[in-house]
Amino acid sequence: MNDNSQHTFKGTIAQERELKAVIAKHHDTPGCLMPILQEAQGIYGYLPIEVQRMIAEGLNISLSEVYGVATFYSQFSLTPKGEHRISVCLGTACYVKGADKVLEAVEKCLGIKSGECTPDGMFSIDSCRCVGACGLAPVMMVDEDVYGKVLPEQVDGIIKSYIAKKEAGNA
Amino acid sequence: MTLEQLNKIHDEYEDLIKVRKVIAEEGKKLAEKTGYRKQILVCGGTGCTSSGSKKVIAALETELAKHGLEKEVLVVKTGCFGLCALGPIMIVSPEGAFYAQATPEGVARVVEEHIKNGNVVTDLLYQETVHEDGSIISLSETAFYKKQLRIALRNCGVIDPENIKEYIATDGYQALAKVLTSMSQDDVINVLLASGLRGRGGAGFPTGRKWAFAKASQSDVKYVGCNADEGDPGAFMDRSILEGDPHAVIEAMTIAGYTIGAQRGYVYVRAEYPIAVQRLQIALDQAREYGFLGENILGSGFSFDIEIRLGAGAFVCGEETALLTSIEGNRGEPRPRPPFPAVKGLFGKPTVLNNVETYANIPQIIRNGAEWYSSIGTETSKGTKVFALGGKITNVGLVEIPMGTTLREIVEEIGGGIPNGKKFKAAQTGGPSGGCIPACHIDTPIDYESLAALGSMMGSGGLIVMDEDTCMVDIAKFYLNFTMDESCGKCTPCRIGTRRLLQFLEKITSGEGEPEDLDKIEALANHMKSSSLCALGQSAPNPVLSTIMYFKDEYLAHIEDKHCPAGVCKDLTQYEIIPALCKGCTLCARNCPVDAISGSVKQVHVIDKTKCIKCGLCEKNCKFGAVVKK
Repeated sequence: MNDNSQHTFKGTIAQERELKAVIAKHHDTPGCLMPILQEAQGIYGYLPIEVQRMIAEGLNISLSEVYGVATFYSQFSLTPKGEHRISVCLGTACYVKGADKVLEAVEKCLGIKSGECTPDGMFSIDSCRCVGACGLAPVMMVDEDVYGKVLPEQVDGIIKSYIAKKEAGNA
Repeated sequence: MTLEQLNKIHDEYEDLIKVRKVIAEEGKKLAEKTGYRKQILVCGGTGCTSSGSKKVIAALETELAKHGLEKEVLVVKTGCFGLCALGPIMIVSPEGAFYAQATPEGVARVVEEHIKNGNVVTDLLYQETVHEDGSIISLSETAFYKKQLRIALRNCGVIDPENIKEYIATDGYQALAKVLTSMSQDDVINVLLASGLRGRGGAGFPTGRKWAFAKASQSDVKYVGCNADEGDPGAFMDRSILEGDPHAVIEAMTIAGYTIGAQRGYVYVRAEYPIAVQRLQIALDQAREYGFLGENILGSGFSFDIEIRLGAGAFVCGEETALLTSIEGNRGEPRPRPPFPAVKGLFGKPTVLNNVETYANIPQIIRNGAEWYSSIGTETSKGTKVFALGGKITNVGLVEIPMGTTLREIVEEIGGGIPNGKKFKAAQTGGPSGGCIPACHIDTPIDYESLAALGSMMGSGGLIVMDEDTCMVDIAKFYLNFTMDESCGKCTPCRIGTRRLLQFLEKITSGEGEPEDLDKIEALANHMKSSSLCALGQSAPNPVLSTIMYFKDEYLAHIEDKHCPAGVCKDLTQYEIIPALCKGCTLCARNCPVDAISGSVKQVHVIDKTKCIKCGLCEKNCKFGAVVKK
């Protein structure tokens, strides 16, 4: 489990209102906890304990039940993600074609490990299990952009293009 | 919706679809009848979308408008054609011109030269589809498609999955109409039993029997489930079917609902498949609008509806009881069977749960009859199987073959062989639960029994090809890493067993292996197989056992000689510079990230093995082949 304490929760009233609407919408559906957690993560970007508590109260179930489900599934994150989420596919087709070396290159380029976020909050790295684009193996994704047939030496360039875009936006 | 209305839509749209499948004169005549001189099919599946098919479609629309052709040319965004390695794929009918790796620049040429002036742009075509004289070979005649038989994938790459009328035009919802108007529940079960259809999720349980059990269970409330939680990394059959032909799954689930007496269905699909989820949602909305879902379907008095539930990244949820627990909103942990879901499933009610590909076969079995289906395949395994062909193979993509096709036909003919002149070493089927088939068994006909006899399994359909550069110990370690990570932790044999097995493999690949480790692995594996709660733990040792069975030499090389024959395991490989070949160009030294290479200009360079991190950059950069891995 990642340490959650180092991040201060910065939820807004508007987000809270949105979450409450989601809870109200699903409240009476059997098995509604997963869809609510999914939408909550969409609102906040992650599932801090504060959000889990609101969901537990809204559904009148225990916090431990919410926490149990939130920590079971790899897609739910209890820590914030970077502004750009980098995800390297480690499915078999990608692995056979050297995805581990691509992941290494990403980690080296950003100086963080998979599952972590850069101190400036700009990038986070994750590995994922097969995005289903095996024809393009090895595959990495930055947010919704898919990069296929990636060579480790191309990683620097891909990451720098996002930094350049941000700098261009600030200038 | 009435039967007459259904048939009217069918007749109205039939030619529009037919023209996509025929070429030459027949195609031209048909095209005239449809009102569209040409149709351009562009793959909108995940593979092609990732390689840029959205840009291709946008470019098509701009270019067609530029030449004022948008009224006479229809652009259709289809599902997967299968040849994902060549994406984005674009096919122009009625010529059947197959443009591979399409780009916006290429599109401009195709629209101007081909669509407008009538000259096919031969240099942009997939070269396997071009005769020496420049004429086009029908796609169905190419090596990739020739041996395939597309049943579950019949509409993928043919129709627009977001348009229900195109599905109806290919006889869609006729099976549902037949079932609701003229078949009893037992009739449907009998057809499925006679067809010999077995579950395509991996285990191969006869579908008809599963439905019969669920029908026999007494309850007011029953459920139908669709397992679209395709967890095997490297498999994308179910994703492609949902993206290319979602209505087939909806139609089959509704038939299942009628047959077992259920009112509600759930599709549990991976959230990693956004395109599939979106298309399925569109299809569900359309099916509801047209009255194939909802109250009193086709005036039969039968009511049924389907809801999508998203998974959240847990491999174990592919196991049926874990999947149902997850839909209930809990941690996706499996529970002991019996009771089987057909007796006590979702929310404690009788439930039938089938895989996407299984469903995709059912409407056609109902329409064409059990005899038609059972005439395809082998004695015990009927019909076809879809495989996601990946790894070290030329034609990476999606293939559907009749059961009984040999692995050699798949790899060498359909798959186009191994790239870069490398040798076939093994094929892995069944993913983390399966095993490998070595080169000596390449002539094995593929069916449930023959794969099981080889220590592998059919699995859901991932088929990863490996060449001589793949280390089998490393691959076993890869899978164990996966299953250890994905073990839900509920039962001890799986939770601790996977970790201990992985530790053995790590020990071996780091050069610390001892001869008795192999016996210990085997003993532990057998305990896990016999005492784990669900199929995840029971099958987790398979990749290790099967690689030990066929590649024991490789394990022994790691253990006794401290050598990795494929040169993959870093701790067991070393880089050396061959003095006779080294020209002293300094390129390796300049590229070494840890300054482990010494030597001055025009002098032979030397690698300091104590500093070397075995990144391989020196080997990659040497222009003279002087750096070798040992």
